[in-house]
Amino acid sequence: MTGAQAVPGALLTGAAGWLFVIFAVLALGMAIAVVVARNPIHSALFLLSSFLLVACIFILQQAEFVGAVQILVYAGGIMVLFLFVIMLVHQRGVRERLTFQHQWDVALLFVLAFLLPFLYVLWTERFPDLPQNLDAFRTVRGKIAGNTQAVAWVLYRDYLLPFEVASVFLLVAMIGAVVLGKRSAEKVD
Amino acid sequence: MTITINHFLVVSFLLFSIGLLGVLVRRNFLTVLMSVELMLNAVNLNLIAFSRRLSDLTGQVFSVFVITIAAGEAAIGLALTISLFRQRRTLNVEDANTMQG
Repeated sequence: MTGAQAVPGALLTGAAGWLFVIFAVLALGMAIAVVVARNPIHSALFLLSSFLLVACIFILQQAEFVGAVQILVYAGGIMVLFLFVIMLVHQRGVRERLTFQHQWDVALLFVLAFLLPFLYVLWTERFPDLPQNLDAFRTVRGKIAGNTQAVAWVLYRDYLLPFEVASVFLLVAMIGAVVLGKRSAEKVD
Repeated sequence: MTITINHFLVVSFLLFSIGLLGVLVRRNFLTVLMSVELMLNAVNLNLIAFSRRLSDLTGQVFSVFVITIAAGEAAIGLALTISLFRQRRTLNVEDANTMQG
């Protein structure tokens, strides 16, 4: 990635670029498999591999901390939660008769409605040619530290209030999940 | 192979579209939730790419927040799944039609 400065606006060059292509194509394939798989367990495992591949792309992009958080939180936490719930509600013998709803037309219309402005922006917008500064991702107070330290510096200094709000959000989500998941005493079936 | 921000935008858009299609066409509530996670992941990809492009750490910090929201959303969604399954014995979103939607 040392040659990134050669072409203005290039994020990855050479072998790293090919690695990105491989990771991106595999991640997209896994995402398609998530949507078309009939068995929810298969969907969950494809989703897991998609998350891991996207984490690889994050690490290619000098975002090592976010890549690690992606693996820990998504692959470690959310996927385990998904698999637990799938095993709780899985009914043996009851097969899904129809995997898809009959609203492909509306769905494709929605995607088209996103596609047109996206293509417009992609073709008209010229992003400014800023000089690439890879040290911005690992510098703390002028000294080279690590990506984790740099993220922590920005998170706890500039974004302390959102950080606290996020902790309140997680508390609300936890209480909500407990209340929703609680079996009510009078309605035991 | 030289990768610019446009490649990232295309990959992120495709990932988001696959997630959107999954939300709209799948019947299984669990798969719908997984597709929502795919969409959030596509947004994260964009944030990271622009963070790298603009040499600004804010995108990385923001994607950490997005991951936090995704975790909370998954917890609530899965609690709803269990609640739906308990009431209806099914995960088909078309059977959850009490409000005639």
